[in-house]
Amino acid sequence: MNNILECRNLTKFFGGFPALRNVNLTIPEGRIVGLLGPNGSGKSTFIKLCNELLTPSAGELIIGGHKPGVETKKIVSYLPERTYLNDWMRVSDIIEFFSDFYEDFNPDKARDMLKRLNISDRDRLKTMSKGTKEKVQLILVMSREAKLYLLDEPIGGVDPAARDYILDTIISNYSENATIIISTHLIYDIEKILDDVIFLKEGSVVMSKSVDEIREETGKSVDSLFREVFRC
Amino acid sequence: MTWEIKSDRPIYSQLTELIKLKICSGEYPLGSKLPSVRDLAKEASVNPNTMQRALASLEEEGLLVSNRTVGRFVTEDISRIKQVRNQLAREHVKIFLENMTRLGFDHEDIVSVISEMEKEMRE
Repeated sequence: MNNILECRNLTKFFGGFPALRNVNLTIPEGRIVGLLGPNGSGKSTFIKLCNELLTPSAGELIIGGHKPGVETKKIVSYLPERTYLNDWMRVSDIIEFFSDFYEDFNPDKARDMLKRLNISDRDRLKTMSKGTKEKVQLILVMSREAKLYLLDEPIGGVDPAARDYILDTIISNYSENATIIISTHLIYDIEKILDDVIFLKEGSVVMSKSVDEIREETGKSVDSLFREVFRC
Repeated sequence: MTWEIKSDRPIYSQLTELIKLKICSGEYPLGSKLPSVRDLAKEASVNPNTMQRALASLEEEGLLVSNRTVGRFVTEDISRIKQVRNQLAREHVKIFLENMTRLGFDHEDIVSVISEMEKEMRE
């Protein structure tokens, strides 16, 4: 199996503060991976490095054979923690925007999914509830036929029913052989859809295993294990 | 039947058990075609690779038969299904007997409480 993402000794300092320290990871194609850790553990820093929104202080990061840049942006579909879309935009504007930016964007798929949620082409982002906005963004990101999806806290601020919708949308829409990396601290909700989990603590990887390995070895869910590892 | 996944055991082995139950109970009839891996994964809200692993192990056990081009089917071998049904029943009875012994019931107590309850439930 090929690896979609590899990093060696990946390190990022903010001033003197190490946000990520010597991270070594190998992530194959066709996996759904949970990037788990408490607030401030380095999850978003890692995802931003993968998107070239930050550059490493040391170490190496390779996605689909390239360093983060133009080539990787073609194959990486990114859902940021906070939106970069303007509030005044209508759904139709955003679809055009995505079609313009990304060759692998499938506008019909996006329109179809939006229609099923009764979201109209004419609706503006600013008239939508927080939950609806998150769903719209996720639909856009999942309508790309990408090789790697990076989802930063996709279920953060939404109610449990919207969470279920988001998780369903993720598992039924990623393209075949693609890998999804989901960062979150809401493990309970997401555990069943993950292949593997990576635990980050203070910028270092403290565990990298499959969900069923953890359950087999410890007789515990990933959620309970997380609560033990990160007990305050 | 719902896809209830408990938190203390591997997900894939729980999926195997749930699908076995669905086959034994006739929800997935003899020789019928199963939904695709993705559809099943979505229905159970689980990872497609985990569902795939559960289906592969049921194939190994001879409960499912896969045909590369057409999909996956429940076996038509009724004796194999009876075997599995028997095995599931024995597991349930084992747990039941352990719990009853813990409550201090002996063989006669157990038999009498079962017949009593069966009578009540019929009424």
